[in-house]
Amino acid sequence: MGVTGKYFFSPGQIVTEQYPENRKTLKMAERFKGEVIMPHDENNQHRCTGCGICELNCPNGSIEIISTRIETPEGKKVRIIDKHIYHLSMCTFCGLCIKTCPSDSLAWGQEFEHAVFDRSKLTKVLNQPGSSIIKGIE
Amino acid sequence: MKEVIHTPVPDIEEEEYHINMGPQHPSTHGVLRLVVSLQGEIVKSLKPHCGYIHRGIEKMCEKDTYPQIIHLTDRMDYLSAHINNHAVCLLVENALQVEVPERVKYIRTIIDELTRIQSHQLWWACYGMDLGGLTCFFYGLRDREHILDIFEESFGSRLLHSYYTPGGLMQDIHPNFQKRVKEFIKYFQKKIKDYDRILTGNVIMTERTRGIGILSKEDAINYAVTGPSGRASGFSCDVRKHYPYSVYDKVEFREVLFTEGDTLHRYYARMEEMRESMKIIEQLIDNIPEGEYSAKMKAVLKLPAGEYYQRVETARGELGAYCISDGNKTPFRLKFRSPNFSNLGVLDKISREHKIADLVAIGASLDFVIPDIDR
Repeated sequence: MGVTGKYFFSPGQIVTEQYPENRKTLKMAERFKGEVIMPHDENNQHRCTGCGICELNCPNGSIEIISTRIETPEGKKVRIIDKHIYHLSMCTFCGLCIKTCPSDSLAWGQEFEHAVFDRSKLTKVLNQPGSSIIKGIE
Repeated sequence: MKEVIHTPVPDIEEEEYHINMGPQHPSTHGVLRLVVSLQGEIVKSLKPHCGYIHRGIEKMCEKDTYPQIIHLTDRMDYLSAHINNHAVCLLVENALQVEVPERVKYIRTIIDELTRIQSHQLWWACYGMDLGGLTCFFYGLRDREHILDIFEESFGSRLLHSYYTPGGLMQDIHPNFQKRVKEFIKYFQKKIKDYDRILTGNVIMTERTRGIGILSKEDAINYAVTGPSGRASGFSCDVRKHYPYSVYDKVEFREVLFTEGDTLHRYYARMEEMRESMKIIEQLIDNIPEGEYSAKMKAVLKLPAGEYYQRVETARGELGAYCISDGNKTPFRLKFRSPNFSNLGVLDKISREHKIADLVAIGASLDFVIPDIDR
């Protein structure tokens, strides 16, 4: 009773999070694993070469890569990604795709409110429309 | 003359009847179903029914490569997620004869002990709640939040981390890690005194649980009850002492042993373990050596053909990982000896002839995590 009384009259610090009222000020930890994202720069360019190592390492098959082969002006045949598909509904957030990516093209996003009405919305294409690979990454 | 037929009237006092405790009972802490045979309110026998949360983790491991297995072990005993990861990591490292950097060993030991503290905090919270003291639940969770915040900052998640990898760690610890752990230890040393004042020194709780569910040392050994539950009966079974891994051989700590083996002493054992864990962290937190956070590993790990066994001490007892490899990148068979499954086996024996209300107290003192029983 003594302890209860002490905290009743002098709680010290209020530990309850006022979620969702504090949505605007809520900041997650910088390493927070919300979802897998592919960062793009200001020129709509990413670092993914479409090598498929993330797809191989994913334990649940959450990643599918659809790639095509094109010929560069220098006459070289290279592979570029058409679609980097990420099934958020199957992801277990183990982080193996991000750890094993040789060109560091994937990262953790901070978004954590994933509830949707239609599960097809949980299948995402990570590369933005019209994006291309940053030059010099192979 | 008419013959009078006497039909025997059943004596309700003597008739046994069965009730299902669970799978949706709040004090079983998960989907555990206990078929309890009762006479009045005395427990005559008890049959656990498993399988409500069986996900086939051992079978799933057979199709996964060794680094992929780690995230499945998180989901067995989710309150000891880091320690489960540790078992598989050590198994792979020992099989490949890889020497992990000293820094990794120190960090792993600290994180294991933090995991043990947060697991015992949640146990303390639920133990109080099961015995009717809801206040404990809030205080326990309030303090556990501090550890979860440290975990979230360093590993990105609060419950299922997948932070260890064969050979080392996913990434280095956060620069704030040491500072925040030291702050937590200082904070929790004050708060654990509150725990004692609320529950340990509470006459109602001590008299309610003393002499209830006595587990003798012989039974603890016969049923392989490990962890704090076994040590409360005097069974010296601490893997950290007897088969030290990481840097447990370099730190000083006491193996908490009692001889009484009742519900109250299982409670004392866990409370003492929290203090010992804090001592271990205090010895290591300032001495983390500089260096790499992971050893150099091959892209594809193939264990040489053979059999391997590795055990670690989780918050609930001994977790064993037994692996048969045929030389491929996936194991041929991976079997987990989970502590909760063995501890559940003794529940029937120790709860017989006690009241049904005592069964809740005994179950709480054994601290089950159901996904670990079913896997």
